[in-house]
Order: sequence, then C-alpha cells, then structure tokens
Amino acid sequence: MKNSKNLALYILGVVAVLALPIFLQSQGNAWVRIADIALLYVMLALGLNIVVGYAGLLDLGYVAFFAVGAYLFALMGSSHLSDTFPWFKAMFPNGLHTSLLIVIPLALVVAGVLGVMLGAPTLKLRGDYLAIVTLGFGEIIRVFLNNLDQPINITNGPKGITAIDSIKFWGLDLGKAWKFDGFTISSVTLYYYLFLALVIATIIISHRLQISRIGRAWMAIREDEIAAKAMGINTRNMKLLAFGMGASFGGVSGAMFAAFQGFVSPESFSLMESVMIVAMVVLGGIGHLPGVILGAVLLAALPEVLRYVAGPLQAMTDGRLDASILRQLFIALAMIVIMLMRPRGLWPSPEHGKTLQRKGVASDAPVAPGSLQTHAPGIETPADELPGAASRPMSINP
Amino acid sequence: MEILLQQIINGLVLGSMYALIALGYTMVYGIINLINFAHGEVLMVGALTSWTIIGLMQESMPGTPGWLILVISLVIACIVAATLNFVIEKVAYRPLRNSPKLAPLITAIGMSILLQTLAMIIWKPTNKAYPNLLSTTPIEVGGAVISPTQVMILSVTAFSLVVLMWLVNYTKLGRAMRATAENPRVAALMGIRPDMVISATFIIGAVLAAIAGVMYASNYGIAQHAMGFLPGLKAFTAAVFGGIGNLAGAVVGGILLGLIEAIGSGYIGSITGGVLGSNYSDIFAFIVLIVMLTLRPSGLLGERVADRA
Repeated sequence: MKNSKNLALYILGVVAVLALPIFLQSQGNAWVRIADIALLYVMLALGLNIVVGYAGLLDLGYVAFFAVGAYLFALMGSSHLSDTFPWFKAMFPNGLHTSLLIVIPLALVVAGVLGVMLGAPTLKLRGDYLAIVTLGFGEIIRVFLNNLDQPINITNGPKGITAIDSIKFWGLDLGKAWKFDGFTISSVTLYYYLFLALVIATIIISHRLQISRIGRAWMAIREDEIAAKAMGINTRNMKLLAFGMGASFGGVSGAMFAAFQGFVSPESFSLMESVMIVAMVVLGGIGHLPGVILGAVLLAALPEVLRYVAGPLQAMTDGRLDASILRQLFIALAMIVIMLMRPRGLWPSPEHGKTLQRKGVASDAPVAPGSLQTHAPGIETPADELPGAASRPMSINP
Repeated sequence: MEILLQQIINGLVLGSMYALIALGYTMVYGIINLINFAHGEVLMVGALTSWTIIGLMQESMPGTPGWLILVISLVIACIVAATLNFVIEKVAYRPLRNSPKLAPLITAIGMSILLQTLAMIIWKPTNKAYPNLLSTTPIEVGGAVISPTQVMILSVTAFSLVVLMWLVNYTKLGRAMRATAENPRVAALMGIRPDMVISATFIIGAVLAAIAGVMYASNYGIAQHAMGFLPGLKAFTAAVFGGIGNLAGAVVGGILLGLIEAIGSGYIGSITGGVLGSNYSDIFAFIVLIVMLTLRPSGLLGERVADRA
C-alpha cells in the first residue's frame, strides 16, 4: 500500500521536475535561469555533503573547487589564452575550444586531485581547525585568481574572463534556442535539462556511495574516528577519498557554471559563497540527500525570487531598503530562524550512523547461519535501542 | 634597514589589533566551543557607532579636545557592542547550546550577514571617512616614523591586555570563566552559573572588539559595513595560530601574525623580483596557518585543546 503511494509520488515528482522549465518558460526566461542556478547549487551542495555530511569534515573552502572548475572551462573554452600568449596562438589560432566530453572529466579530475592535495596536510586536524584551514585555502585560491593577471596574465585578474563558449555536443549548441515546427525551446531550458541530468547522476552516485562500504566507513569516521581506526578502516585514505570525491563534484559544477554564464570573475568565488553552500547542507538536513537538495533549492532560489518581491518594499521605504539589502536580510533571518526552530535541519535524516545498518536487517528476514547481525532469540531489545538513542544529536567534532 | 624597522612598527600595530579581536574569539571558543562568526561584525558596529558619536560631538560641541571626543565615543561604542553581543548570545546561541554542533555555526553566520545588512540600512553602504582626532606630527624612531594614532593603538591595546589578564587571573569572575572553560558541568556543581559566565564572556569579548574597531578605523581612516569581516577572519586565524582557548596564545598569535603580514608584504616584491606584489599580503596569514597547523595541530601555545579535539 505504502509502496504504491510512494511510487505515485515519485512519478509525480519526476513529471513535475521535467515539466518545470516548460512551465517557467512561459513566464519568461529569467525564471528558468533561476532554476538552472538552483540546480548548479544542488550539485555543489551534494558534493559538499559527501565531505561534511558523510565524512564529518567541515570544509569552509569548498568554493575553491567550484572556482577551479569554472576557470578550467573558461581557459579551455575561450580565446583568452591565445590572446595573451603568442606561442599558444601559434598552436591554436582561435583558442582551445574543447569538447564537453573532455572538459567534464578533466574538471572532475583536476578538482579531485586538488581536493586530495588540500586534504593531505590537514588529515591530523579535526572540527574547527579543519574548518579554518580549508577557509584559508579558499581565500588563497581567490587571491591568486584575483592577482594572476601580472606579470603573466593567466586569469585576467579582477576583470575576469569573458566570451566563454556555450556548451556544444554532438552538433547541438545549448547556447542557442532550439526551433522546430514553430515551437521553441530556449537556451536556458536546454541547460536546465543538462544540469538536471548531471544532478541526477550526482544523486545516484551519492546514494550508492552512502550505502556502500565506503559510505559506511565515512560515517564510522564521522561518528568516532578512533573507533573507526581501531576497526581497521584506513581513515587516512577514506578522508582523502571524501575530499577528492566532494571536490570533483564542485569542479564539474564550476565548469557548467562558466559555460552557462559565459563569464567568470573572482567575485563569484568569495568566502561567502562557501559559507552559503555549507548553510545549504546544514539547513536542509546534513547527510540526508532529500534534505540537502531542499536546502540548496531554497537558499539558491530564495534570493532570486526575492529580487522580484523586493521592488514594492523598496518603494515603501523610500529606496533605503534596496533589493539586494533586503535579500540579504531575508537570507540571514531565514538561516537564524530555521536553525533555532529545527537545529537538525529542515528535513533531517531519520537515522544515521550506528542506526543506519540496522535498517537493512528486516525483522522477518531469514537468518544466515552464524550471522552476528540479528538478535539472539530470547533477548528482546539491545540496550542501545532505547528510544532516546536514535535522537542523539549528531556530532561533527566528538 | 629603515624599511625593516618601519615594517616591524606597522606589524606591531596591526598585530596588537588582531590580538584584541582574537581574544574575543578565543574566550568564546574556550568556553562554548563556537566559532563566533559575528565577532568581526561586533567590531564593525563598534567602529561605526563611534563614528556617529564623533560626528555628533563635533557638531554640537566644537571646542572639545580631540582625545576627549575619542574617549567618549570609545566608551559609548563599547557599551553598544557589549549590549549587542549580549543579545546575540541570548537569541542566537543560547537556545542551541545542546544542539548539533553545526547549528550554532550557521546561526553565527546568519548573525554576521544580518548585522552587515542592518549596518547597511542604518549607516548606508558607503565608505565613511573616520576623522583623525589626534595630532598628525609623526614621531621619528631611528629612521622609522610612528604616528600618534599608532602610539595610541599600542598603548590602548597594552592597557586592555593588562586589564583583561588581571580580570581573568585575579578576580572571582575570571576564576569562574576558567572553571567553566575547563568543564561547565563540574563548574555548575561548584556553585558557578555557567549561563552568567558565558554572558560575561560575550560582553568582555565585545568590549575588546569595539576597542579594536575604533583603533582599526582610526588607523585606516575609514569605516564601513564590511570592515569587520577580514580582520575577524585573520584574528580567528591568529587565535588558532596561538592555540585556541589560550589567552596568551591569542596575544602571541595576533602579534606574530601582524608582524608576518607587515614584513611579508614589505619584502615579497623584492624577494620574488616583482612577480608577487603586496596585493598578496592577505594570504600570508593563511599560508602561515596551514604550515603551522600541519606541524603542530594544537597551535603555538595550545595544549589544553589537544586532548579535546
């Protein structure tokens, strides 16, 4: 009964998500754009969720990987390098215009390697120390992006890189509207479907990771690192893997962002951006996929939507309260109020850590001989199944 | 050689301001294990309040000597900042004392954005010229110059540090703070009220931040709504550098960080042959921090936290 109801809800959800841009398109492309940006943030938040939610490593410099992906695509998809370096122009007169099928894996690998490189020196650190080091790392990347225009102009400094290619594959250009039979699908809608596909891939990977041995190892580390180590988990490799995997999603998302905007500048990768991504993960429900998605959609779309609501309010207050200030005000209030009312996030995971594996053991499942997972007959409930145990607050820094 | 001496002086001035801010971070962290992201914004509110008071006083009482205006505005800024921090703790951190560890971090970030936004609404998002109220004749010390404002910063910081050390080491409140930092539950059993101690800590931290804010604004001659963020970040770095939760560590960390930053940005141009300029000065703090924490994860003087982390 419950299953068929769930299935119906799933199908409804899928149809709604697929039809959303068609519906939004009739209200103007700006709304589809908002949906696109929200999808990119969902991807970023899911990537960070691997690091923070699963492995319990608080990373405040996550936007650095986003930036790396974006700049990678910007350099490979624009004529900036050919314009600045004559020797490069000699090889590629119009600049590299790399195919998407190369850029996505490349962004994934480069950001992933960078993530591991960041992770390596910070392995000994935990909790807030780790947070502040990753934050510093993010700032270092941003300062470099901002200043690498001289003496060698690589990033074009604060001016940023313009005229970045749109995404093209199999002869299809997502930068142009698609027309057939008088029916047009605008460019932003095409991007929507591409991003949606990437987000779905991210969700599947995240979900598979969560229920795999690796995911369980991460959660064991999150719950109690010393115990995890004692149980034979290679905590060093697992942490590096978490950093690498999380970063690679950030890299891909960044590359998509660059292609979508056609422009990158260091301003898009400020510390505040990192902080917002962490806020998405935590607001939604840390370590819980639907929660993280909800948090990302909410925080990404809210400011854009408020942009339209803010106009009348601004008129009421003689322009003192301008739209951008009002948006910030609402975001800040939302962060505070939501956390005060639901400290575990809007949609927290019903169980995690120790309780996770117990879910898999159905009460009437046949017991394999010699299995240690089930309860011995006659013993009713183990002590740790007392009602309070499941609602134990999650610890990031035990 | 003059450049080195000059940069050492600049570094000391910068470092003493970092130290003041870092103390606020480290006290709060030491007691409730929270990175108070809104601390830099308390500094900003202090600086902007004093800017408003100075403006009002210069208009209404034109004859008043500059130093008196500065002192009065400083006192009022401290009171406003202390009230603000007291309220922030009550509203945004106290209800989350027993929640998952990341929840208060998010409210702290929210508070930081909220305060910046409110400051933009109250004070308008423009740069404000912070008046120089002291004499402008520089004092020469062995080839380097030091301005009266810098002398004031150094002496005010030194005075605040002495008062704070006395407060923490020799008063009943200080003993209660140390006890609560060690173990709040046991402290409560000994008749200490942790809630009161935490409020007191936030108030003291805010006063230090407001002092730092006024000093910061006098030093750079500018006050605006986003001025608290970067110094706050660097001060936290300083606190971690010195070993967080350790007051002496925060001071040492702050001053060292200021020195490293000033000397680094003074020499980076000539060392790298002009490839990297002083526009990279902001990253010294972070590079030093990463190297430091890799070699010694508990910070320079940090021992207590090692068993907790």
